[in-house]
Amino acid sequence: MAVLVIATHDNASLKEATSKVVSAAAKIGGDVDVLVAGENAGAAAAAAAKIAGVRKVLHADGGTLGKQLAEPMEALIAPLAAGYDAILFAADTSGKNIAPRVAAKLDVMQVSGVIDVLGPKTFVRTIYAGNAVLTVESSDPKIVATVQPTAFKAAGEGGSAAVESIAAPGAGKATFVGEEIAKSDRPELAGAKRVVSGGRALGSAEEFQKVIEPLADLLGAAVGASRAAVDAGYAPNDYQVGQTGKVVAPELYVAVGISGAIQHLAGMKDSKVIVAINKDEDAPIFQVADYGLVADYKAAVPELEGELKKVLG
Amino acid sequence: MKVLVPVKRVLDYNLKVKVKADQTGVDLTNLKMSMNPFCEIAVEEAIRHKEGQPNVAGSHYKAGTVTEIVAVSIGPDQAQETIRTALAMGADRGILVKVDHEVEPLAVAKILKAVVDAEQPQVVILGKQAIDDDSNQTGQMLAALLGWPQGTFASKVEFAGSKVNVTREVDGGLQTVALDLPAIITTDLRLNEPRYASLPNIMKAKKKPIDVKTPGDFGVNVAPRLKVVKVTEPPKRQGGVKVKTVQELVDKLKNEAGVL
Repeated sequence: MAVLVIATHDNASLKEATSKVVSAAAKIGGDVDVLVAGENAGAAAAAAAKIAGVRKVLHADGGTLGKQLAEPMEALIAPLAAGYDAILFAADTSGKNIAPRVAAKLDVMQVSGVIDVLGPKTFVRTIYAGNAVLTVESSDPKIVATVQPTAFKAAGEGGSAAVESIAAPGAGKATFVGEEIAKSDRPELAGAKRVVSGGRALGSAEEFQKVIEPLADLLGAAVGASRAAVDAGYAPNDYQVGQTGKVVAPELYVAVGISGAIQHLAGMKDSKVIVAINKDEDAPIFQVADYGLVADYKAAVPELEGELKKVLG
Repeated sequence: MKVLVPVKRVLDYNLKVKVKADQTGVDLTNLKMSMNPFCEIAVEEAIRHKEGQPNVAGSHYKAGTVTEIVAVSIGPDQAQETIRTALAMGADRGILVKVDHEVEPLAVAKILKAVVDAEQPQVVILGKQAIDDDSNQTGQMLAALLGWPQGTFASKVEFAGSKVNVTREVDGGLQTVALDLPAIITTDLRLNEPRYASLPNIMKAKKKPIDVKTPGDFGVNVAPRLKVVKVTEPPKRQGGVKVKTVQELVDKLKNEAGVL
């Protein structure tokens, strides 16, 4: 048995999600290799080699891989599949974009968003926005899966795997034009230890920024939002926590003015501690919150900031 | 150009999901079924590139870019209703590929590939995921089977000659890619706001043609690859306590939960 994990990285650095997917790979069993595909991604490859339990790092480097577009990634990964029983991706926007292409090329039915590994071919995932939990057993000769990183503990460090260079593929029928990536000193939402999220009750983008962002910065937290807040234009789409956005599992999740629609709960219910501030005492968010405060955020959040400043020093 | 828009019939997004007591699946008996919301966005996008937006100055939607919209659904007889919804919104004709059990994304992609081979569209616009199985696979798989480029999770689609520029929702922000046509596009939430079909259009849609096919017509084996072992309720998270004051909240976070 051997499992190939496709690394999550931005060329300069490896993301923690990679170590978490390595843990899922270890549960499948057998040797675990990591593929780092990028452009000038030597640092990410070196970091991958240090993950405990990794046998070998495959490092493909070239201009066609800088943005990890799906077409060259498929061209790179599908031929590698011959040496592996399973290929795992993180269930982030990159993994979701690439994995099904590889799966179809291999004539494999992919398993999406794995939250537990029960055996080499048996996996647990959620369906219906987390309202049902599905256990499936694959009859395909190979496994292609995306893994929900928040469901697995990160593999430790201390490995010293060899890094083997492999050739980058040529260009496909898609070309990178540009990107607008929000520059932020805040932690990334998907892997943050603390998250402060705002909902529709905030009422405007200005109010969202005025209320949610200072509280997040005080806590060193990432900023999230409900789908309702995103749909209303109060927050950008990549803040969205829920079924169609990101799944987060921080140590502390603070929901401000979020009613708690089921599709939002699906994205944050695995948080260790959930705090809800909402003036509607019947809001469903209180059914999952460890600490609920029935209050208008307009008074409660400034007061909370004052109290936190005393405690956090 | 001709556009193919696959549409899926799913449990209406407003309804509560009930897991069957025998753990074989989700109970859909007598529940309202609707078009998957991401598929509605796909239909709307195709229509806007056909109609343009004459009342919106500088709109990137140009009338006549798309000349024909074919809605295709893979499902039971009742999936014809989903196709009718697409026709009432503005699609021109429909194709139902009749299957009475659930079909996995890989098999759906294979059927769609055969439909593409027959219809020769320049673009296929699909929802990025269906809200029942949450797989998020079909568009990407279809792209791989056809050897076409893909623009997934689209928030803006601009046609430019032999290419289409797709702005994508990615972690951290937006990415724009230029795809050689023919191409696959999958829709994200902010691409557009789908219209409601008007009553006259609903009436007109009844006269639009729907072809009925079977997977066998396309030589596609739809036997599932993934065996359902069981479907269960998610573990319930226990709600905690209501605190009365902000001071009490901070005290509990620090001294009881230990997260500050």
